[in-house]
Amino acid sequence: MADYARPEMLVPTQWVDEHKNDPGIAIVEVDVDTKAYDEGHIPGAVGWAWDSQLCDTVLRDIVPKDKFEKLLGASGIDNNTTVILYGDNNNWFAAWALWQLRIYGHGDGKLKLMNGGRKKWLAEGRELTKEPPKITPKTYEARDPDFSIRAFLPEVQKGVQEKFFQLVDVRSHQEFTGEILAPPGLPETCQRGGHIPGAKSITWSKACNEDGSFKSYDELKKLYEGEGITGEKPVIAYCRIGERSSHTWFVLRYLLGYEDVRNYDGSWTEWGNLVRVPIEKP
Amino acid sequence: MNIEGYSRRQEQVGRWKVNIVSYKLGDQYYCTVDNVEPGATLARGQGSTRDEAETKALDKAKELVGKTRVVA
Repeated sequence: MADYARPEMLVPTQWVDEHKNDPGIAIVEVDVDTKAYDEGHIPGAVGWAWDSQLCDTVLRDIVPKDKFEKLLGASGIDNNTTVILYGDNNNWFAAWALWQLRIYGHGDGKLKLMNGGRKKWLAEGRELTKEPPKITPKTYEARDPDFSIRAFLPEVQKGVQEKFFQLVDVRSHQEFTGEILAPPGLPETCQRGGHIPGAKSITWSKACNEDGSFKSYDELKKLYEGEGITGEKPVIAYCRIGERSSHTWFVLRYLLGYEDVRNYDGSWTEWGNLVRVPIEKP
Repeated sequence: MNIEGYSRRQEQVGRWKVNIVSYKLGDQYYCTVDNVEPGATLARGQGSTRDEAETKALDKAKELVGKTRVVA
């Protein structure tokens, strides 16, 4: 069985359990459900809230550079710290945070996801605490943002017209077909259901095992190549708000090793609400 | 504290499936209910018994899932 293209981007739960107190390591929990951290987290882990600390709520943008630097510094992270991210829902927003850390230049070698995330940690009966971590604030200097891994609306529109990019819609099949406008039980955030013309439907969860960990390289390769997503053309992944597609971005970029993969974080909440812009329904 | 009694099962709520996850941490039981696909947490519950925690979470989740519209 072939190994992942960048196996060092993942660490097992057991490794985190054994190394959670090592110097030079910061463990960060980022959840969809922002109350999960307070219910109990890995001892020493910092919690980041995706909806307030990892975004600009006025511009609808990723976290601004100065706010990002303050967040990392206040979390005890400097430019030499190895950051290990984990979270609920098989690491959705942990992957979102990792994507932003890459945008601001935190080195690949110092950035990892805990394979299986919070789900696997809980299922294995490991330790949780409600104790806040003891943090020594540090100084963090972010690089200017590298948007080569982020897709904005104009390039998605151009990609649709010129078919230069391959689009992967990672939402559920029922969201892709337009049968539902939001996942069951969640608020509807778009005017129409369907998908971006030309997009392939490959649900994010197909990349995961039942325990939340990633499928093997061979299984992932078969999954994406089976839908024609081979990495020969640039790939844009999207979902509803960009977190599920961060997960797929991570898979394509680091586990399969595709060179040009971008996360369209505007996603369906942007495209699905545009005026005079076509959508497709099967 | 280590997690004890981790349990995960699926139930059908109307036309939608939900995952019910519960466990004990210290002297409390915790439960989260998610919508399976995509797996977003819909509700959580806490109680001195597993049943209490699961009932609280599941009741809220049923209310939310019941509002889902099928439009096409």
